[in-house]
Amino acid sequence: MSDLEQFRTETRAWLDANCPEEMRQPVRDDDDTYWGGRNATFKNDAQKAWFESCRDKGYTVPAWPKEYGGAGLSAAEAKILRQEMARIGARPPLSSFGIWMLGPALLKFGTEGQKQRFLNEIARGEIRWCQGYSEPGSGSDLVSMQTFGEDKGDHWVVNGQKIWTSYADQADWIFCLVRTDKDNKYQGITFMLYDMTNQGVSTKPILLISGSSPFCETFFDDVKVPKSYGDDCPGYVGEINRGWDVAKYLLGHEREMISGMGGGEHTAAIGAAMQRRSAQDGDDLDPVLRAELAQFDVDALAFTAMGEKFMDEMKAGKGHPAQPNMMKYVGTELNKRRHELMMSAGGSRSLEWESDETGGGKPSRNWLRTKANSIEGGTSEVMLNVISKRILDLPGA
Amino acid sequence: MPLFYDEDQAMLADTAAQFIADEGAIAKQLRHWRDRDCKDGFGHELWKQFAEMGFTGILVGEEDGGMGMGNVEAGIVLEQIGRNLTPSPFLTSSVLAATALNNGSADLRGRYLPGLISGDSVFAVAIDEGAKHRPERIRTKAEKSGNGFKLSGQKDFVVHGASADMIVVAARTSGSDDDEDGITLFAVPKDAAGMDHDAVRLVDSSMATHTKFDGVELDGDAVIGEVDGGREILNKVLNAGRVGAAAEGCGVASGAMDMTVDYLKQRKQFGKLIGEFQSLQHRAAHLYSEVEVAKAVTIKAAQLLDGNSENADLMVSVAKSKVGHAAGLAVREGVQMHGGIGMTDEYDIGLFMKRDRALNEFMGDAYYHADRVARMSGY
Repeated sequence: MSDLEQFRTETRAWLDANCPEEMRQPVRDDDDTYWGGRNATFKNDAQKAWFESCRDKGYTVPAWPKEYGGAGLSAAEAKILRQEMARIGARPPLSSFGIWMLGPALLKFGTEGQKQRFLNEIARGEIRWCQGYSEPGSGSDLVSMQTFGEDKGDHWVVNGQKIWTSYADQADWIFCLVRTDKDNKYQGITFMLYDMTNQGVSTKPILLISGSSPFCETFFDDVKVPKSYGDDCPGYVGEINRGWDVAKYLLGHEREMISGMGGGEHTAAIGAAMQRRSAQDGDDLDPVLRAELAQFDVDALAFTAMGEKFMDEMKAGKGHPAQPNMMKYVGTELNKRRHELMMSAGGSRSLEWESDETGGGKPSRNWLRTKANSIEGGTSEVMLNVISKRILDLPGA
Repeated sequence: MPLFYDEDQAMLADTAAQFIADEGAIAKQLRHWRDRDCKDGFGHELWKQFAEMGFTGILVGEEDGGMGMGNVEAGIVLEQIGRNLTPSPFLTSSVLAATALNNGSADLRGRYLPGLISGDSVFAVAIDEGAKHRPERIRTKAEKSGNGFKLSGQKDFVVHGASADMIVVAARTSGSDDDEDGITLFAVPKDAAGMDHDAVRLVDSSMATHTKFDGVELDGDAVIGEVDGGREILNKVLNAGRVGAAAEGCGVASGAMDMTVDYLKQRKQFGKLIGEFQSLQHRAAHLYSEVEVAKAVTIKAAQLLDGNSENADLMVSVAKSKVGHAAGLAVREGVQMHGGIGMTDEYDIGLFMKRDRALNEFMGDAYYHADRVARMSGY
């Protein structure tokens, strides 16, 4: 038996022994997600047990090095773990912007001291992070951001406002883009790390059209941010005034992540499920709707092949570096179309906003939520700009 | 298997790209033969060169003197054919007919494959009956007659039908028109008595025929595979032809897109390169995305077909439909973004539009295959 086959056998046995039955059900909503952090509570014993088993094994962040709280798995091993978890429908034991965003940034740009401290806190689910990027006047044109940190020697005093800060009201710390040089647009931003309980930080949830509030406005009023948290542990990532490099890297990473969320081939096509739903009402799909669903299924199934090719090329170091922008564009536009068609197929049932039958209005709330897909993390229009410039090399783009 | 070309395939792609760009170029082949009103619609000399390159027998087993490669490799050649709009019997002979013959007796293979591999023979395949691709319904009949069969009926859209040394014909040997079973494939030689071709030139300057079979007498050894057992072979032929046409379509789409993007970088209006206008940039970027997805699913479908995956049927139709839309978008945007000169015969972009139209129709258009995807998915 090869090492990888051996690893698969062991992983399967470990999952059998450690993943509770309740944690093998699909994630229905945010309540089923464990985010960690100082104020986190477990929804049930199974969630706690599953999280703790994974934490102790390094499986909250399997591919991170062991000394930072991971399991040090190779890419091939991590893929096997993903496959085996998918096979039994295991939920992620811990979700966080620390894992998805800050972690990768620290692994690439962080000092040893930062990695030791922050990565371990993330891996163990002790600190919940949020991301401070967009500002009211700086959405697509992010680099125009104004939140300013005044240099006071061993610390900065930060003033300004961020917006669309995901779960800022529940986060413990923030990684935040702060302008530290007003005369230098791109090389005047610092990627700071600080505690949300610092004096002068306040948050206000934003009620969205879907009725939920996953985003906040975040205000900084004379917030004192230390330049250092101890030996080899600066309060910023990378260099002072070079935070844009980190931000750009993370935006690319975020687009990859969003573009990878399309789900597998089995969830991609929706026509058959919509037909079954109609049949339950003793009805048939309208022929024109059926045709639109068929065309959607073609596009969705084709996109699963694109996703596979994209991942394979990325792993092999092939493919254009700006390709994640294309993936993000196509994937998010497809997802919006998916939910439009699901709403149409569902008819008046899917308009219900609170009924138990719809799980509290899931069809309509999810449909509205998808409208943000092509806005957050770079709008579709910005993606098209990037493709024009970096892939097609069009003039003046 | 990763979803990109391995080393050998990448090498084949380089070779095919170079060779077909040189020898199969639009001026050298498509315009050359079109302007001479060539009755074949392609050049035999180039077909011999294809043979020298080893392309003609790409899908033929090594034991029969071929290359023993798969649909991914055939697709690599077809993408270059598409990119250069090269008129060639490659798809009908080396993909469709070869897939049928691969399922035939040693006798049939010995009779026809050497000529294909050497580039001396050209084959066609007769499936469609009527203006749309409906292979589920086969009305052309082959009735038992002595030791052989008598073939009667009409086939349409038989590409290269009048030039072909042999035509693979799907006919009904039992059952009724819409039956799954009761189909038999025949290898009909060009000199068969009672076969009449009405040759027509198509919009893309290729040649096809309406072919009538009026009691064409065939020996029993003209049967490919088993009598009444032709549906399975026909499905293999259709899958290979569809994914092949999709690969060629990817080439047409890429060729049209590259030409158009180049034009955006040269043409000036209002004192600016038109490629500086965001309205055109976004359309070009959207087109790029669609073409990328079309290419990915085409390779995926070919890989699944070569791996005998049970998912191949579905993904072949996904690919043919996706490519139909993506290539259609590429040529329409191509002509529009070229403006007035896009409408002239002198510029090549219009030739891409014509080729795409014919290729999209061949082996089922984007709508046919979207419908097939729905049916296979259970709705």
